Amino acid sequence: MKKTLTTTALGLLAALGATAAMADIKIGASVSATGPAAFLGDPEAKTLEMLVEETNAAGGINGEKVVLVLYDDGGDPNKARTFATRLVEDDEVVAIVGGTTTGTSMSILSVTEDAEVPFVSLAGAIDIIQPVKPFTFKTPHTDRMACQKIFEDMQKRGFTKVGLISGTDGFGASMQAQCKDVVSDYGIEIVADETYDPKDSDMTAQLTKIRNAEGIQAVLNPGFGQGPSIVTRNYKQLGIELPFYQSHGVASAGFIELAGVEAAEGVRLPGNALLIPELLADGDVQKPIVTAYKAAYEAKTGQPVGTFGGYAHDGWHLVTDAIKRAGSAEPQAIRDALEATSGLAGTTGIYSMSAEDHLGLDLSAFRMLEIRDGKWALVE
Amino acid sequence: MMKISPKTATLLVLTALVAITPFFFPSGYYYRVGALIFVNGLAVTGIVILTGYAGQISLGHAGFAGIGGYACALAPVHWGIHPALAVVLGAAISAGLAYLVGRPILRLKGYYLGVATLGFGILVSMVLNNERDLTRGPDGIEVPELGLRAVLKDWGLNLSNGEFWYYFCGLFLIVGAWIALNLHSSPAGRALRALHGSEVAARTVGIDVPRMKLQAFVISAVYASVSGSLLALQNKFITPDVAGFMHSIEMVTMAVLGGVGSVLGAIFGAGILTLLPQVLTVFAEYEQMVLGLVMVLVMIFLREGLLPSILRRLRGRGE
Amino acid sequence: MSELLQFLFSGVTVGAVYALVALGFTIIYNASDVVNFAQGEFVMLGGMITWFAHAAGLPLPLAALSAIVVTAALGVAMNKLMIEPARGAPVVSLIIITIGASIFIQGGTQLIFDKQIHSFPAFSGDAPIRVGGATILPQSLWVIGGALVVFLGLWVFFTRTLLGRAVLATSNNRLAAQLVGINTNFVMTLSFALSAGIGALAGVLATPITLVAYNVGIGFALKGFAGAMLGGMGNPKGALVGGFAIGLIEAMTAGYLSSQYKDAAAFIVILAVLFFLPHGLFGRKSTDRV
Repeated sequence: MKKTLTTTALGLLAALGATAAMADIKIGASVSATGPAAFLGDPEAKTLEMLVEETNAAGGINGEKVVLVLYDDGGDPNKARTFATRLVEDDEVVAIVGGTTTGTSMSILSVTEDAEVPFVSLAGAIDIIQPVKPFTFKTPHTDRMACQKIFEDMQKRGFTKVGLISGTDGFGASMQAQCKDVVSDYGIEIVADETYDPKDSDMTAQLTKIRNAEGIQAVLNPGFGQGPSIVTRNYKQLGIELPFYQSHGVASAGFIELAGVEAAEGVRLPGNALLIPELLADGDVQKPIVTAYKAAYEAKTGQPVGTFGGYAHDGWHLVTDAIKRAGSAEPQAIRDALEATSGLAGTTGIYSMSAEDHLGLDLSAFRMLEIRDGKWALVE
Repeated sequence: MMKISPKTATLLVLTALVAITPFFFPSGYYYRVGALIFVNGLAVTGIVILTGYAGQISLGHAGFAGIGGYACALAPVHWGIHPALAVVLGAAISAGLAYLVGRPILRLKGYYLGVATLGFGILVSMVLNNERDLTRGPDGIEVPELGLRAVLKDWGLNLSNGEFWYYFCGLFLIVGAWIALNLHSSPAGRALRALHGSEVAARTVGIDVPRMKLQAFVISAVYASVSGSLLALQNKFITPDVAGFMHSIEMVTMAVLGGVGSVLGAIFGAGILTLLPQVLTVFAEYEQMVLGLVMVLVMIFLREGLLPSILRRLRGRGE
Repeated sequence: MSELLQFLFSGVTVGAVYALVALGFTIIYNASDVVNFAQGEFVMLGGMITWFAHAAGLPLPLAALSAIVVTAALGVAMNKLMIEPARGAPVVSLIIITIGASIFIQGGTQLIFDKQIHSFPAFSGDAPIRVGGATILPQSLWVIGGALVVFLGLWVFFTRTLLGRAVLATSNNRLAAQLVGINTNFVMTLSFALSAGIGALAGVLATPITLVAYNVGIGFALKGFAGAMLGGMGNPKGALVGGFAIGLIEAMTAGYLSSQYKDAAAFIVILAVLFFLPHGLFGRKSTDRV
């Protein structure tokens, strides 16, 4: 019986493989379209599906059709490793985009590094690209950079004592640790450090504790999903007047809607060009790109764009651009071209990679935004 | 014809499966899936001892898998222990903890035992998530290389990474099954099954019920721990998800779906549930619905589990 | 002082949601000895369907009502298709059936609706009510009121009405109940409809505070289950007390000890209580059948 099932599985896989002709360029993806990180992974999956159609409609890459092999790892690192093995060994893709969470990215990269297949991660942690691994790249800013951007702004406003309220999921916990690591560079002290579970529905207890911290001047909330929306509402409920910062984890119009226009008023966060296409200067190289992606994505899905879908957009373009420049779809050639990426404008920023830098973004890619009357405004 | 005992038959079937299926593998990816089935099969064999033999429920066994896995990640780095010894250390910690926790909570029955074990599992996963300085938190931590593959290479046996883990985990599964089957036919195993039937009756014939339950709990914890260690070493990376509630449920589901009364049945269940998401990628959208439906339908129509029900039908036809 | 009050408000807000889920567990358990792990999905459906219907243009009360009715109907269907055919199965099998149902419902919801997070307006606005330096949202009062009303209703139902006693009789001894003329199938249908309806009501009341997405159900189910077990499965009083107790323990731990380990505190209390009272605070003692 077990064998019959295996053979059925083999049959299905063979049928699947047969649809992709030999000459096509195969790009693999494993993202968390379901599970606890579905909020991030779902827009990533939709973006990739949309972009492969777009690329093929535009004649493919170097005249060849592109095939996307997309798997949903459900946010489980163990499954992600299995899918990465499948992409490399069985589907024989030339490059992989994906790894929604840091955990899944770390699992995928240990497979791709062994197999020498380039991998562009969509997760935040700095560990993914530091130390530099030859075949691993990533598109989002590191959470460390988000902390730096926020503390830079706090420093400008003269704050020296701040409170943290972080989600205990991977995103929140990692950013919490990075922020605590860099905070002293800005002459700022963390006087309150609270956490909440991503499934929690009321954070007033933690916020009350933070509000009562001696001399506190501002509060920062690293996290994604519904947590930050609830924290923002509770913040308003308690009538806390201190300036409030969110992370790039909530940079989407959906956040303002969920937190409520009133509660979100005055919240600052490090966002990117994708959120403010109409505010960009006409000469801005990112403007046409974010405008086009926003229009296409929102027309296709009926949902607002967010930074996470944007990461997948950039990952796809990094890989396809590298294949174009390399003039070859060999993994090694793609890797070399990826590392030579220079001045490629994406939704997140303008990427220029090098042998020492497999992210290729700096702090300038972040734009400090403030929510005013339910809309994003640039803080300069 | 020579009569072979069910025990020998089970071991023969397992060994044959481990040894012969690779001849049909079209690519290295199938070794990975096979190795995962074996790792899950090992954890599930522990559930057979706890639930199938002794009739106790655990909704927190992934906690022990977490301990086994993190022992392999942490002990080599912090205490310079060889990863192979870390497997043993993890198993020892799991056994000790199971002994301490098991004494009070095994007095509980049914759903109360369920919530108590659930609480235990959640506590373990919470510690792994929150003690960042030690475990590096929810993003996970690298696990050192076991190094056995290199040793084998020196001896002239050159296996790919996938092949190595396939045979290595397969070996563990066969040994694990052998131990469980021996336990089944031992006096202790008979006592366990007696208390599954009726605790009161078992007590009246002089069986030390609390002790037998505790033994089953400790042994099954060791199985879960070793499976967690193998998973961590194989993946060279581990996150607290391994100790999560969903992993606990997955273990129980695999065992019960396949047939919690028999080792082969439970391993069969592990195989089905490990393969299912791989097969369902073709219609990923419906994966969750299909999985849920399979769980419900099997439990309603094939109550003893897939394998025993199938075998019974086959046998019924033969006679 | 205002600090303690704020922690209390936080605790009862969350506790009321847990209590409503725990009450849902109680009804089905009383009728069938099944702990329905899909109870959290009823809460999720209550929120998701209300959001969907409201977004489609239905006024909020009508959207909420339709969510409760649809979810109750799904509860009945679940009983007919999944629970009744499995009567007499062991506890582990029943756990797996209800978890399977829960995964199935989640899979269906993400297909029919989506995977985004949603909400709808609070019933009485968002202006917080100030009491002694602490604040509470009007919506919290709706949730707390909802939990109390449902509890009172159930208490009257189980102790004062013939039908309610029939449910308890069915739970104690199905055969005997049938012999004295109780239509046990109807009792089961009613229990599932009631339980699913109460779950959906919890979702309707809580969503403006907790927000809703297709995968929030399992969290509610675990906390509600914990609350019900702490109070003693099968007793509405136990469910109410257990649910509020878990909410309060979490808020107090987060406020005074460590927010990181607040969930741990809840489970440690449960383990401690079960150590001394193996059937929870108000649970009935069952005897072993030989």
